[in-house]
Amino acid sequence: MVSSSRSEINHTSTPGQQLRRRALRHWGLMIGSALLGLIVLIALFAPFIAPHDPYAQDLTLRYLRVAFMGGTWEHPLGTDHLGRDYLSRLLYGARISLTIGLVAALISGTIGTILGVTAGYFGGRVDTVVMFIITVRLSMPVVLVALAVVALFGGSLTVVVLVLGFLLWDQFAVVMRTSTQQIRSQDYVTSARALGCSTTRIIMTEIMPNVFNNMIVVITLEMAHAIILEAALSFLGLGVQPPLPSWGLMIAEGKDMLFFEPFLITIPGLALFILIFAINMLGDGVRDVTAPENRN
Amino acid sequence: MNSLLSVRNLRVEIPVGAGLLKPVRGISLDLNKGETLCIVGESGCGKSLTSLALMGLLPKVARCSGDRLSFGGQDLLGLTERQMARLRGRAISMVFQEPMTSLNPAYTIGDQLIEGMIRHDGVSRAKARDRAIFLLEKVGITAAASRLSQFPHQLSGGLRQRVMIAMSLMCGPDLIIADEPTTALDVTIQAKILRMMKDLQAELGMAMVFITHDLGVVARIADRIAVMYAGIFVETGTARQIFDTPTHPYTKGLLSCLPVPGKTKLGARLGAVPGVVPALIGGVQGCGFASRCPLRQAACDIEPELSERGDGHSCRCVHDTPTLRKAEWATA
Amino acid sequence: MLRFLLTRLGLAALVALTVSLISFSLLFLAGDPAVALAGEAATEEDIQAIRAQYGFDRPLPVQYVAWLTGALTGDFGNSYYFNTPVIDLITERLPTTMRLGLAGICFALLLAVPLGVIAAIRPNSLIDRFALFISVVGQAMPTFWFSLILIVIFAVALGWVPVSGSDTWRHFILPTVVLGYFATPGIMRLTRAGMLEVLRADYIRTARAKGLHPLKILFKHALRNAAIPVVGLAAVQLGFMLGGSIVVETIFALNGAGLLAFESINRNDFPVVQALILIFSLIYVMLTLLADLLNAWLDPRIRVA
Repeated sequence: MVSSSRSEINHTSTPGQQLRRRALRHWGLMIGSALLGLIVLIALFAPFIAPHDPYAQDLTLRYLRVAFMGGTWEHPLGTDHLGRDYLSRLLYGARISLTIGLVAALISGTIGTILGVTAGYFGGRVDTVVMFIITVRLSMPVVLVALAVVALFGGSLTVVVLVLGFLLWDQFAVVMRTSTQQIRSQDYVTSARALGCSTTRIIMTEIMPNVFNNMIVVITLEMAHAIILEAALSFLGLGVQPPLPSWGLMIAEGKDMLFFEPFLITIPGLALFILIFAINMLGDGVRDVTAPENRN
Repeated sequence: MNSLLSVRNLRVEIPVGAGLLKPVRGISLDLNKGETLCIVGESGCGKSLTSLALMGLLPKVARCSGDRLSFGGQDLLGLTERQMARLRGRAISMVFQEPMTSLNPAYTIGDQLIEGMIRHDGVSRAKARDRAIFLLEKVGITAAASRLSQFPHQLSGGLRQRVMIAMSLMCGPDLIIADEPTTALDVTIQAKILRMMKDLQAELGMAMVFITHDLGVVARIADRIAVMYAGIFVETGTARQIFDTPTHPYTKGLLSCLPVPGKTKLGARLGAVPGVVPALIGGVQGCGFASRCPLRQAACDIEPELSERGDGHSCRCVHDTPTLRKAEWATA
Repeated sequence: MLRFLLTRLGLAALVALTVSLISFSLLFLAGDPAVALAGEAATEEDIQAIRAQYGFDRPLPVQYVAWLTGALTGDFGNSYYFNTPVIDLITERLPTTMRLGLAGICFALLLAVPLGVIAAIRPNSLIDRFALFISVVGQAMPTFWFSLILIVIFAVALGWVPVSGSDTWRHFILPTVVLGYFATPGIMRLTRAGMLEVLRADYIRTARAKGLHPLKILFKHALRNAAIPVVGLAAVQLGFMLGGSIVVETIFALNGAGLLAFESINRNDFPVVQALILIFSLIYVMLTLLADLLNAWLDPRIRVA
């Protein structure tokens, strides 16, 4: 606290410059965005980087070891139970995780934001109803419901994304509701109302820009959540279906060789861990940088 | 030297980033048994940190040093935290500025009143309870026994401050340090609490260090006054000396802000000391008040010593007989 | 207080009703359960027979009301797979899940609260950094992967604990650690933030000014107030754990309600799945109610209004 108040005395700079400086000094934010950026690049350029076709099987080359553990550099991370190149599958897997995370967060973000902002802005009965919907949603066991739905509708990328999108909006709703309530009572919103601005206009021009920071934080949270859940569903066999190189599915396929070839689960697990870690760091960083007074 | 509290050259320093903040830059005071010393100054002059330093309650980052800090003949600077804790609440106790937040919301006021006494005096709960009821009645709380089982949120601010005062008296301390105890309260309640504290002090014979920014409060209770500015005392003396013959320009400025009954005309503008307290990072060059002083001259670039102006009245100013009158403050 | 309790119980009932409606309609959204039940080789007559046998030929609202009135008395119908009452299956398996959940939340609290408290007392110390590390890792570690890693290390390589099953208490160790660790970061962050805030509070200064023992200040005056939000979070986490035990129970072949859910989903045993969704929801709502009551007990500002 002391040092931050001092920097505000010493420097006279625009809020934007201060924000940038805080962001550049925040190592968690920097590491998180660097890692995430790298994974996004990998996902985008997977066809160019990947040494092999991720679906090409070669049953003569099953369970090759990692290159520096007795494998060959032809398959740097070895091969899986069908002789498919593990590195290529890993690189393509980034596409699945990121797609799941982004699309699910987009769907849940839309649902949750609409619910939360409506509840926070109108209050009263509307708020009671939305709170009830949130409670119902929270009370439903996510994994169980997701598994049941995927089992009923069949496992495909689309079904998984939709299920997760329609299940994970609770945090958006809760956070947006609170932020809207806080902003709604601010003077500039009151004066906009006094000026006769329409409700839609007030929400779009006065409320939304000011809850944006919080929204970014929740988006990262829910992206991470969706990615982990997809991996868990795929791991349990009720998510993305083979032969797609989902990291969760790769772990499931490697599980049978758990005792003999532990790298089969270690590598995709690490990839998942790094991706989630990067997203979390980014989210925490954005929260710290945009709301320095809340840092603890 | 048989004063109860004796302080020489007390300093508080807080490292901030590259610099060193010096909110208290060497203050000295002596306080006798049963006496009331008022430390007066505006926000940020270091008076609250002074009180915390006396109690050994400074925040961890702050460093406290001094040539002497003795209480009842005991050197407080050399005490360990454990020894100091033995003294706190028993021999020296403190009343804080914020009655609304100074009580723990999770416990009844009875519990909070007696826990200090049970720790220090090793008495039974029943005995401590009796003492608590006795003191609650003393501070003017009716139905004291039933109040013990109430929680802080059930009490008004004035009542909470009375509870805080009763709490500070539980072990019969020799010295009470009161840091702006009435600032957060309504004016009518302020007056009642001040009178009550004064009465209690006379009855129980303890000394009091009373910290305030409000000269109106000072006038009611002070035996002696220390005017604090930018981390040091700029003028000390008896209440009479300070109010009748103020010598430091800052004291005069403060006094000119006070309406005088019968003299200040209705609708007349009260004075205000122009300017702000200097930043205390890295210390202050020369007289700390110079930047706001209408009598500033070249000599003010050297910090003046506290010099005797007769019979215990001292002042820290290069001007021998400051010629500034109240009227000049209005135009300054 | 009574009013509060009644309102909350009413809310719980309403939530349960809504969840039951959702889980019931879920089944019919997916298509004809009779077709699914009959299997691929079934003829049209077989399907008709199944429809009649399970009452799928009745109008949906009638089926729902019939199911709901049954559920109110604990009768969730028969399992398609075992052909025994669903409630028997669940009551047989639920205690294992409860045991796991309680052990998990205890593990989480025992790890998270002391770490959070110490981290708050000594910010930026080694322990604070360790706590941060634990929470960052915990948040990024997929449960199922963590389970496998623990199995590889502690069950296979070291052989300290059994790999899977639910016969002895030793079978519960790894699942407890996994489930508990999953809840640790949130509780620890909240404890740390709460303690940091409380330790700055004026009443802590008052307690110090009274000369109380530092430990008494820490535990009596600080932790009590910092614990209030933690209790609520722990209850919610326990609810999530019970619902999320499905992954852990499946991996460790722990014979609880989570494993039952997984097996039932794979067997298209819808009555069991429906009942489990409803029961987990009810448990969650009851846990939040319990948390509110605990909060009221801890915080006199709520209790004595």
